[in-house]
Amino acid sequence: MSALTLQPASAPAAIAAAGPRPSFLEEVRERSGTEFSLCYQCQACANGCPFVSAMDYRPNQVLRLVQFGMREEVLQCKTIWVCVGCHTCSSQCPMAIDLAALMDTLRLLAVEQGVPVGKPNIIDFHEEVLRSLEKYGRAHKLGIMLGYKRQTGGWLQDLDVGLKMLAKRKLELFPSRVKAGGEIADLFRCYWRESR
Amino acid sequence: MNKRQNGYPEMDFSYFPGCSLATTAAESNQSLMQAAQAMGFNLLELPDWNCCGSSSAQTMCRNLSLGMAARNLSLAPPDRPLVAMCPRCLHYLRSAQKCLQQAPLTRRELEERWGRPINVEGEVIHFMEVLVRHGLDRLQAGARRSLKGLRFVPYYGCTLFRPPRLKNESYFEGEMENILASLGAEPITHALMYRCCGSFLSATDPEIVTPLVNEIIDSAAAAGADCLVTACAMCQLNLEIRRTGKTRIPVLHFSETLALALGADDYEKWFVRHIVDPRPIITKLVQAA
Ligand code: SF4
Ligand code: SF4
Repeated sequence: MSALTLQPASAPAAIAAAGPRPSFLEEVRERSGTEFSLCYQCQACANGCPFVSAMDYRPNQVLRLVQFGMREEVLQCKTIWVCVGCHTCSSQCPMAIDLAALMDTLRLLAVEQGVPVGKPNIIDFHEEVLRSLEKYGRAHKLGIMLGYKRQTGGWLQDLDVGLKMLAKRKLELFPSRVKAGGEIADLFRCYWRESR
Repeated sequence: MNKRQNGYPEMDFSYFPGCSLATTAAESNQSLMQAAQAMGFNLLELPDWNCCGSSSAQTMCRNLSLGMAARNLSLAPPDRPLVAMCPRCLHYLRSAQKCLQQAPLTRRELEERWGRPINVEGEVIHFMEVLVRHGLDRLQAGARRSLKGLRFVPYYGCTLFRPPRLKNESYFEGEMENILASLGAEPITHALMYRCCGSFLSATDPEIVTPLVNEIIDSAAAAGADCLVTACAMCQLNLEIRRTGKTRIPVLHFSETLALALGADDYEKWFVRHIVDPRPIITKLVQAA
């Protein structure tokens, strides 16, 4: 290792930076099945995305951050959580880059690596849905809404919509459940193991 | 509505309702059952089905998402296609199939756990595909009401319209127009037909979704439509609960439009579940007839 000390002063930083970069790139590339080096920043993706105004980075910028290997920046951004996976970007990209798959992969990496989440209310919602699925095997929307509001403290926000839905019997009071509850519980074991 | 009245043999399909059609969008389920029956399609509900996993499982854990979809596949008998109405459910069920085809070990592990085979080769299709492949003649033969004069925007939303990973599968651009036009309705296609409805953001961040939904509704109004028709229950709900503008245009489920044309007479039962009253449409159809 003594050879290292003979390097010019700027080299250690360069070496350190070169270390994690390819692995993050490769990991994202492999897991998303997307070849994003083809991007030439035309921004068709961002121009088509319906939710771009609620994002902190535009979809093409997220892609660029990945290219630069900026793992933390990208895994902690809001954009990956705001993205609903509507595939509008993917279907408009002239280079056929599947950005929705890229976003999917980045969300999973953020969950797996336990980084601070850029849009916590959205992950709270997903967890509330999963709690319902674990209990009943199906989504009980009233329970999800109540649980989610309890977590986020937004009881009054949206009350009118909730009441309208109740009045139209769009929110069932009682959940319907899967009979083979054991099979469902069993599926969730992997989830708690992997995410906690 | 007699099953055999039009002389077509009955056909059996396994049917995956999914959480929305089983609850929030029960009107879609009821009208789908009626329409299917009138065309001689038996939709046999998958026994003890569970949620397809939805975007929440997909986001939080791949194994969970795969497992939930795979359990449904394990409940589907291999001798008939599995039909879904919700485009997202369809997407997750199909993705799980693809994944299990490429991962025989995972497949075997799950099969051993459940003690039954997983149907990884069988067809998983949207009801629209059943119609296009087997139902166009049946629909014509069974039609009891003309939809003449009904100006509708075929609202596909995002998922039914070609998610790239499944792009080798058939997709449905244009089919909703073709089917409903054959019943006399008039498609209006210069509106925001493919704009995403907001999905789960409608629950978490309504202030992001409301202006977008208003834009979709306004585009339909500006084009002179009487209603929007959608094949996705989540789209239908979001378009109804998140609109705040002055324009009130009903959003019908695709299945409701079919059932109406096929002569269903208990439409009042489903219509009361709508937040924007669709009855003016009936008035218009009656006047046109
Ligand atoms: S549309 Fe494709 S090529 Fe253009 S900026 Fe987005 S990802 Fe890059
Ligand atoms: S998939 Fe995500 S990033 Fe792409 S257009 Fe839809 S919301 Fe925007």
